[in-house]
Formats: sequence, C-alpha cells, structure tokens
Amino acid sequence: MPVPLLKLTNVNKSFGPIDVLHGISLEIFAGETLCLLGDNGAGKSTLIKILSGVHKPTTGAVEMDGAPLAFDSPRDAAERGIATVHQFGGTFPLMSIGRSFFVGAEPTRRVGPLRVFDRKTANETAVRAVRKLGITRIDDGDRLVGGLSGGERQALAIARAVHFGAKVLILDEPTAALGVKEAAHVLRIVLQARQSGIAVVFITHNVVHALTVGDHFAVLIRGAKAADFRKGEKSREEITDLMAGGEHMAELEAEIEGFNAAAGQAPEAVR
Amino acid sequence: MTSDASRAATTAAPNPAQDAAPPAPRARRSLGGLLRRPETGSLIGLAAVFAFFSFFGGADFLSAGGFASWLNVASELGIIALPVGLLMIAGQLDLSIGTILPASSMTVAIVSGRFGAPIVVGILASLALGLAVGYLNGALVVRTKVPSFVVTLATLFAVAGFTLGLSVILTGSTSVALTAPEPAKGLIGDYVGGKFQTSIFWWIGAVVVVEFVLHRSRYGNWILALGGDPVSARNAGIPVDRLTIALFMASGLCAAFVGMEQAILFNSAQVSAGQSFIFNSIIAVVVGGVLLTGGYGTVAGIVFGTMTFAIVNQGIFYTGFDANWASAIIGALLLAAVLMNNTFRNMAMSVAARPKA
Repeated sequence: MPVPLLKLTNVNKSFGPIDVLHGISLEIFAGETLCLLGDNGAGKSTLIKILSGVHKPTTGAVEMDGAPLAFDSPRDAAERGIATVHQFGGTFPLMSIGRSFFVGAEPTRRVGPLRVFDRKTANETAVRAVRKLGITRIDDGDRLVGGLSGGERQALAIARAVHFGAKVLILDEPTAALGVKEAAHVLRIVLQARQSGIAVVFITHNVVHALTVGDHFAVLIRGAKAADFRKGEKSREEITDLMAGGEHMAELEAEIEGFNAAAGQAPEAVR
Repeated sequence: MTSDASRAATTAAPNPAQDAAPPAPRARRSLGGLLRRPETGSLIGLAAVFAFFSFFGGADFLSAGGFASWLNVASELGIIALPVGLLMIAGQLDLSIGTILPASSMTVAIVSGRFGAPIVVGILASLALGLAVGYLNGALVVRTKVPSFVVTLATLFAVAGFTLGLSVILTGSTSVALTAPEPAKGLIGDYVGGKFQTSIFWWIGAVVVVEFVLHRSRYGNWILALGGDPVSARNAGIPVDRLTIALFMASGLCAAFVGMEQAILFNSAQVSAGQSFIFNSIIAVVVGGVLLTGGYGTVAGIVFGTMTFAIVNQGIFYTGFDANWASAIIGALLLAAVLMNNTFRNMAMSVAARPKA
C-alpha cells in the first residue's frame, strides 16, 4: 500500500456548540480521484475547507506524505501543492485570462531599472495551459475571464492549478452549474489531471458524474462518513440512497411514479 | 499527455464540430477590437462633450486661453483622480481628500508663510501630512474592516476640525498668506505662458507613473485582483493589507500635493478649500469607466473622465448659457457615462463568446 498523499484521521470540526464534522478519516492518493458525495448540508464544504487550510480541525490529525502537519492558512496549503477550484472557477471575471492566471505570481522582465509585467509571456503561458486541456476556443490571453463559459472557467482554473504544480486538486462542485456538454468537458479534464499523477478530490452531488471519474468514494451524511468504497463496489441506486440518508429515495421515486401514472405519463427515472 | 496527438484524441470526444474550430483571427486592431477596448466609451463621451462646447463655445473655447481654462481644472482634479481611481479599482473609496487638500494648503502656508521656515520644509511637512492621514485611513480600513466610505468620512471631518482649530490657535485666522521663493514657485505653483498652470506637467507625470503601476507592473495586477475578489487575492499571496494602506497613502499624498500647489499658486491658503474635489474626483473616475465596486478600470479612462468633467465645468462659461446649467449637464453625463460604460464592459466580456455563434 503506497503512502497516501493526504490523510485525515478521525477529524472533528465544531463551530461553537455546533458539530459540523465528526470522525472523518480519509486517504487521498496521487493519481486517483476521490469523490466526496453528500446532500446539501452534509459537511462537504467544511471538509474541503479543512483540506485547503481555511479551517483547522477541532480535533484529529492531518498528514501529508506521511508527516503530520497543520495548515496555517489557505496560502500555506497552496504552497504545499493543494489547489482549490470553486464552482465558478475564475473569481476575477473582469481580468484578462493572462492576468488572472498569474495573480500573485506575475512574470516580469527587466526594462532598464524597472520590472515590467510580461504580458506576452503571461498570455502565451495561460493560453497554452488551457489549450493543453483541450479548450481550443481560447486563443487570446487578453480576453476577459468573464467572457468565458462556465466550463472554460473551470478549465482555466484547473490549468492554473496544474501549471503551478498542484499535487492535490480540490474541485468544489465543478459541474453543478454546467450544461451536459460542458460538464462532460470538465469531467474529461479531471481524468486528464488524474492521469498526470495529481490527486483529485471531486465534490459533487451528481452520482453519474462521480461514477464517471471516481476511483474511490466517500459519502457524507450529517457530518459523518456514512460509506467509503471503491469503484464498482456499489451501484448508482445504492449510492443515491446513501446520499439521501437511507431508503427514502426508493419510496420517493415510487411516489413520483405514482403521480406520473396518475397523469397518464410514462414513468421516468429520477436522477 | 502533452503531445498533440493525445490532445487531439481527448479533445475530439464530445463534439468535434464545434471544438475543432480553427483559432479565431485576432481582433485587436480591427474596429470591433477598438469598440471592445474598455476606455472607448469614455473617449466617445470626451469627444462628444468637446464637440458640443467647440460648437457652442466657438473660437474662444478653442483658443489657448480656452484650453488653459479646462486643462488647469483637469490637472488639479486629475492628480487626485488618479489615486482615487486606483483605490476604487481596489474596491475602496477615499472621501478624506476633501480636507487633506486644505489641511495641506494651511500646513505649507503656516510653516513657511507664517513661521518663515524654508519652503522645502513647508512642502515636505504638507506632503507628510497627506501621507500620515492616508496611512491612518488605510490602517483603520484594514484593521477594523469598517467600510472605507465610513472611515474616510470620519477622517474627512476630523481633519477639517483639526485644520480649523489649529489654524485659529496658531495664526488667529482661517486664511494665511504665503510667498514662495523661486524655484519652488516656478516648479510647483505658477503659470507657464501666463495661462497654463505648472500642475498640468505634474499631472502628466502622475499619469505616466500611474499608467506604469496599473498596467505595466505586477502591482497593477494586484490592485485589479484585490478589487475583483479580496479573499482570492489574499489566498494568491498578495499582501492585501499593505497594498490597501499604500493606496490610501498615495491618495493622501496626491491630495496634499494639490493643496500645497494651490497655496503656492494663489500665494495664500484657506481652511475651506477642497470640498468640491470629493465628488468631482469620484465623478471623473466613474465617467472614466472605473467600476464603482472595484476590479476594473484603466488609466486612460480616468484621464478621459477627468478631461470630460473639466470641459463641462469650464466650457459652459464660453457658451453664453447660464453657468448654473453645468451641474445639470454633469449629472446627466454621469448617468449616461455609467450606462455606456456598462455596455462597453459587456462587449469586452462577450468577445470570447463570439466564435460560438
């Protein structure tokens, strides 16, 4: 068994009297995708905030490459190679692609005594990095991030993380706001990133998307890990039921079918 | 992974027809590209206002004296509007410039006029005052997280009170005479060719410096990122607090410079000058296409906005219209400019989506 890149052991997090996470243990390996599944309010966001250094666990241990550590800040986590991409990807819609790609790490060149922002290098590097992920529609680094589609922004943010040497890529509901085709693009990029040896943590409540890219799955219910299994060990229906917190989904689906039958429609599967 | 072959293979999967489209030709130099430049809106506004007053103002407006009249106003406003614009791009407002200006006027007049210290001492004292108030603004905003509107509103009044109180204690008056010797007078506060204020040249210098900072240095990227999303900017490693304080100090310094320049130019200082600069600088910056909520703006736009404001403000005197109408024009202009700038900003954003259609 290889050493996990990132390991949580028995992590608890409470905000004042409210317990948000209890007893979470996770192992994240290089070149694998861990899917974190859970309904709204299950604690997914808090968990990724712990992984990305925003929150510190109340109790429990975090290890990276087998060595215990505590992130001081998101910046600290980022420097250790943990990159987080949020649902809407680029957070600077009114900055150019080249500029936003290099925020905080701008390439400069010397002109006499002055250090000048190297727009050409920045734009070329950024465009090359996203094109490498298969987004060929982006060809001008001067364009504004806000002009990109949701999937392209995700791709740009992932390309940025990869470019700056991310070891762990945390994707927070990257496909939630996207159409079918754009989501497929992003899933492909996730597989590409995993193939290059990055550990991917993929947060979603879409079971189909999770099954497409996941190697390893963890289901959160009300702040606790309800299940932990590998690809192929559970069916889509089983996972859906788990996420919904038990057997209710089957009942609910039966009820919906009842309504459909009453309305004279062909029953449709509920996602 | 990085070879073209594997890229093509992975790319083709979902919808080859659309994704395999050849790269669109660069639209930078075309008319369409120009229309999508963010400062185009403010340039059109400037051209329209200039044409309007050239028509109604006639030869007088277009004479050297006419140009001097609005350039003098534009230069003083412009020196302040530049750092105020940077602050607004970074997501902050600075109202305190309105009393830093007279406070600095009074400082140089009291130190060098009333007490007869060398003019250099007076100049440095007034600039130091601006930097100090700017530092206070920045530190309060960073530490307390109180919106800068409120913080600088507080310092606006506090500085006004100190200026008035100390002036009366030190000089027994609210206006102090100052006779600046050469070369200070000629370099800072004088008329070139009898008409053009030396502040015009200082403004040009400030434009060059701020243009470099915002558009050619890495700090410009930090300012844009800070205004766009402070949390992400901080996570990206930008020293957000120091940057904020530095920007407030820059606006304090520039407001102090204009106050000091006015005292030397007019050979006297009053405690009540400068209030008009608060709103005028905001108008100039917003007309220039800077987003009031931060994250977007250009130096060219701020310069155009400043000139537009100054032309309306001064041009009215050349038209034979009642000068009272100038404010109405400025109000309409402000609204029109913001609407137009929104349109141009959306066009700039839509540029990437075009090949899809």
